[in-house]
Amino acid sequence: MRWTEAAAVAAILLGSAQAQIPPPQAPQLPSLPRSAAPLVRPQFVVVLDAAHGGNDPGAHLRSDVQEKDITLALSNRLRSILRARDIDVVTTRDTDANPSMVDRADLANHAEAAACLVIHATATGSGVHLFTTSLSQAPAALMPPWQTAQAAYVTQSLKLESEIDSALAHAQIPVTLGRAFVQPMDSLACPAVAVEMAPLVGGHVTEARAIVDAGYQKTVVDALSAAIESWHSDWKQ
Amino acid sequence: MITRAHKFLFMTMLLACVIMAAVLIRLRNRAQDRLQAEATAAPPSIAEGTSNPPRAVTLYVPNDLDGSLTAVERNLALPADNNAEARVLLESLVEIFRAPGSTHPISVASGVNDVYFLPVARTARGADDAGQEAVVDLSGALAVAQPSGIEPETLTLLAMMATLHANMPQVTQVHFLVDGQPRDTLAGHADLTRTYMAAEANPEPVPTGTGR
Repeated sequence: MRWTEAAAVAAILLGSAQAQIPPPQAPQLPSLPRSAAPLVRPQFVVVLDAAHGGNDPGAHLRSDVQEKDITLALSNRLRSILRARDIDVVTTRDTDANPSMVDRADLANHAEAAACLVIHATATGSGVHLFTTSLSQAPAALMPPWQTAQAAYVTQSLKLESEIDSALAHAQIPVTLGRAFVQPMDSLACPAVAVEMAPLVGGHVTEARAIVDAGYQKTVVDALSAAIESWHSDWKQ
Repeated sequence: MITRAHKFLFMTMLLACVIMAAVLIRLRNRAQDRLQAEATAAPPSIAEGTSNPPRAVTLYVPNDLDGSLTAVERNLALPADNNAEARVLLESLVEIFRAPGSTHPISVASGVNDVYFLPVARTARGADDAGQEAVVDLSGALAVAQPSGIEPETLTLLAMMATLHANMPQVTQVHFLVDGQPRDTLAGHADLTRTYMAAEANPEPVPTGTGR
């Protein structure tokens, strides 16, 4: 066998060997709906994501109170109020379950929501902490990356955060604003805000109230529903 | 019966074995001498415990009540080694966290196992000052003691990033591990899977609502 023939045979063998090696598997992520571009459909849908659940209790707010229970209670109460006001609501969980971050984002994205609230609770700080994504605003893309889908909605998310901030301030609840990297926020293709409820620390205006205080929870939920109603009339702008 | 040829072959192989053993012993001794010489010639600056004179450093201390970071000046004798310097800076920050009356309380004895530095890959545009990525290996005890929540966890990370960036401007990116292992979140919320840009740690006070 001459050298050129040997090289040709080696190339064929190498090619067939490479053909048998499966290509590297990309992470299996759901596709974003076509409306992942910051276009919102005429219907006004709100997505409520009660964080944690199931085997993920979240923060231990007290010896007998876990974050997952508070977030679910807030989500269910807010859903009832919004539905009573003829606002469509989609929740990522209604029971003590723990959908994956991908499933939560997938549900929210296919709802093509006008507002997404990711509900958390903590024993630290005072009042309500509002967070938007730390991603920078990016132009809308036809096929946005799953991990940074929120980048196209940064401006709208900040407007939604402003509405909630105003409503909470009106209810005399201290608000801290910030930006954070928290899943599944960055994968949400909708105006999205993480709402983290903390106990109320007593001050010259406010009185101390525990996070399990039903009256305090009602005040927060009422403020959130008022903000969503206000957003209902502003969201297309 | 053993022939002369077999005797000759046996003697030759025995001689070869002796010569090979002698050569191996000689090579071993030379390698040992070389390693000892390298250890003796190591630069003194990376020796443990070597410190520079105290200098003013800036630590960024979080406040859980308003979500702000406040600059605090300290005089610290920092080690000459970059890794040890970064570790001392972050441990000083953790010391403030655990102090009585802390505005961001975390009760942990030691918060940082080590800090490593990696060169940041230059961008396609070929920026010369891409800086370094600090890989901060947090202790598992810190992750356990860290209060769970978006705000407290984010403030811990931001304080560390701001402190590193303020005192070691070459640090442009920060990645966090816990006990040497990648981890999804610090204590259930703040994302540790990503590499943070150090400039994201904005030391300006976070604006707050008017309801206070």
